[in-house]
Amino acid sequence: MLSHLNLEATELRLGLPGSIDDVPSNNKRPSPEDHQTPPAPKAQIVGWPPVKSYRKSTAAAKNEEAESGMYVKVSMDGAPYLRKIDIRLYNGYSHLLTALEDMFKLSIGEYSEREGYKGSEYAPAYEDKDGDLMLVGDVPWEMFMSSCKRLRIMRGADARGLASAQ
Amino acid sequence: MAYSFPEEVLEHVFSFLSSARDRNTVSLVCKSWYEIERWCRHRIFVGNCYAVSPEIVIRRFPELRAVEMKGKPHFADFNLVPEGWGAYAYPWIAAMAEAYPFLEEIKLKRMVVTDETLELISKSYKNFKVLVLTSCEGFTTDGLASIAANCRHLRELDLRESEVEDLSGNWLSDFPDSCTSLVSLNMSCLGSEVSFSALERLVARSPDLRTLRLNRAVPLEKLANLVRHAPQLVELGTGAYSAEIRSDTFSSLADAFSACKQLKALSGFWDVVPSYLPAVYSVCSGITSLNLSYAAIPSSDLVKLISQCQNLQRLWVLDYIEDSGLEALAASCKDLQELRVFPSDPFGAEPNVSLTEQGLVSVSEGCPKLESVLYFCRQMSNAALIAIAKNRPNFIRFRLCIIEPQAADYLTLEPLDTGFGAIVENCKELRRLSMSGLLTDRVFKYIGTHAKKLEMLSIAFAGESDFGLHHVLSGCDSLRKLEIRDCPFGDKALLANAEKLETMRSLWMSSCSVSFGACKLLAQKMPRLNVEVIDERGPPDSRPESCSVERVYVYRTVASRQRLDMPDFVWTLEEDSSMRYALYVLEALVLFQRWFACLLQFRWKLGTLPLKQEENWLELLKMSTIFTLAELSFTNKDAIFNVIFIRLWE
Repeated sequence: MLSHLNLEATELRLGLPGSIDDVPSNNKRPSPEDHQTPPAPKAQIVGWPPVKSYRKSTAAAKNEEAESGMYVKVSMDGAPYLRKIDIRLYNGYSHLLTALEDMFKLSIGEYSEREGYKGSEYAPAYEDKDGDLMLVGDVPWEMFMSSCKRLRIMRGADARGLASAQ
Repeated sequence: MAYSFPEEVLEHVFSFLSSARDRNTVSLVCKSWYEIERWCRHRIFVGNCYAVSPEIVIRRFPELRAVEMKGKPHFADFNLVPEGWGAYAYPWIAAMAEAYPFLEEIKLKRMVVTDETLELISKSYKNFKVLVLTSCEGFTTDGLASIAANCRHLRELDLRESEVEDLSGNWLSDFPDSCTSLVSLNMSCLGSEVSFSALERLVARSPDLRTLRLNRAVPLEKLANLVRHAPQLVELGTGAYSAEIRSDTFSSLADAFSACKQLKALSGFWDVVPSYLPAVYSVCSGITSLNLSYAAIPSSDLVKLISQCQNLQRLWVLDYIEDSGLEALAASCKDLQELRVFPSDPFGAEPNVSLTEQGLVSVSEGCPKLESVLYFCRQMSNAALIAIAKNRPNFIRFRLCIIEPQAADYLTLEPLDTGFGAIVENCKELRRLSMSGLLTDRVFKYIGTHAKKLEMLSIAFAGESDFGLHHVLSGCDSLRKLEIRDCPFGDKALLANAEKLETMRSLWMSSCSVSFGACKLLAQKMPRLNVEVIDERGPPDSRPESCSVERVYVYRTVASRQRLDMPDFVWTLEEDSSMRYALYVLEALVLFQRWFACLLQFRWKLGTLPLKQEENWLELLKMSTIFTLAELSFTNKDAIFNVIFIRLWE
């Protein structure tokens, strides 16, 4: 009702006069003769720069490689098929082991440096970059994440042998 | 014709003509030559799959053995053509399966190829030898398995840059043990692992293998084994070029490479670990083509490799090479013909490398044979472009992409018109040009005036008015393909140059100012052009006719203008006879005016007319016509009158 008085002009603000944008004064459809205005600096225009899609992913991949998903196969002795998990999703050993317990419906005991996984038939082991079978939990989590190539849930005598060998 | 040679002789003569253009010319000489030629043509190239139909091709050429075809327009590479637009290979393959049981070669570019299509290919042609799919999509590794299993004489399987859905890596195992004919295998675009043992056995039993391009998933540790089985390779694409640094891996690789005495081209190099690059040094002196466009390593490492390749003719590289690396390139590779520099971080706001216009200037100075360039950079100046043009008048392809749209000359803040003008003026053999940066109508005037051999032009975010487009369409005599995006070009130039479009393969305009009314008019006027309005906002006639269309794709065609595979966002124009009659009347008016003008001039020249009176008459007639039409044009805002107005004014 009082909009015609343009009360905004009388408002006290901090800032140089004229620094506030004007309200658009019309709803004119943009005419075809309008000169192209440069796009906003950060806005991504479709298809520009003209780089084919498979090149884009290469360029991005370089930056993302350090944080890319790390899927490893998980096998369990006696299970008919393997699973695959992204170990990057877990923030530590207990998180990982809980997930494995859920996935394979088993329980893995408590980890101790001296005795490995006590109190269960199962021991989680992993294959590292050199191809050796190692017990999960010995090295810091970050080191484990970068060296783990494959997980294996061992059971029975083998597991205990592995544990006691540590 | 009593004097003509027997058919067999003519056929024999024609067999020496390999170029399609020559054969097309020959078939225009006379009816009997047309007949003879069509029966002995074995190879065709169809630049636009919608320009002709399978039935027409089959009817004319009954004995084809090799077909090469292109589908989507070039801008489809940059996602400007919506999914589902068309370019399906299946109808062609199905029609040809019956007509050409002895077909040997199929090469497709930017087409949609399904697994059914691949299966049909593999089962229909007993002698099938060559399959090249460039930038195609729509198929999976199952389709590849059909090809592997059924094409007993397969020589080439080249999947360059295609998008393949990886269902399993085992398709390679489907090559039977009896298949020993492979000459070329390019699977570089595949994402997932293939069975390495199958690959190794395939390579080992293919003594004619000349080209092997692996995909990223093939580890470096296994590369030496493969190369050792194929020391006769001419072109090799590695997989991931990284491994833990071990001397035995390195020496094994270096040894394997040193046995490859014929290697001319290297590519691949994903995830490069620079310490392994010296393993290829033994072959570098013979290398003519090097594709390092995935090698994200610093300039110094790139230069160390490149400076070993004294005979390099073609280099594709990332902008990590920087100006310093390009200077080194210019100093060591004097035979360089083609350079492509790709952006490592195309969407970053700030430059991440020190690559500027100077790099291109150095190469243009130092490499006298340089004729083809694709260069992405973040700044350019008129001075640099002028220098480049003066250094290298022998350019045939010049594609410059300044990453920021409408970037001005960074030294003078002026448009880059004079720079590109110098390019077209000096490079008289220029066939392909892509421009970027801040450009006004002036650059198009230069192009229309000088670029007489230009065949393909790509424009983005450039120009000020229809005059820009008009200069190009009226001036570039050899123009075949024109693609434009985000330019203020509209109806007038398009309609005034309608006939020109029939001499070209295609015109693409997206995010410009072409109205639906003009599209309809153009289609009415030119029955042999297909004017496709590609608009995802719903039917164009639900909006005012003067509203701009999102995209328009115009191409000449002898096939039906209502292609059967049109998706719901493509509109081609239906016949409207009342519009056509209005056009005829106005065309007649223009012709009458011109005839009358000629008549008067003629009589004046003969001296049979006193000058003043008839001249006044003529002027009077012309002015009255112009004013009437001008009035109609301004009040009616109908494109028809604009067209006539422009033509009279000329």
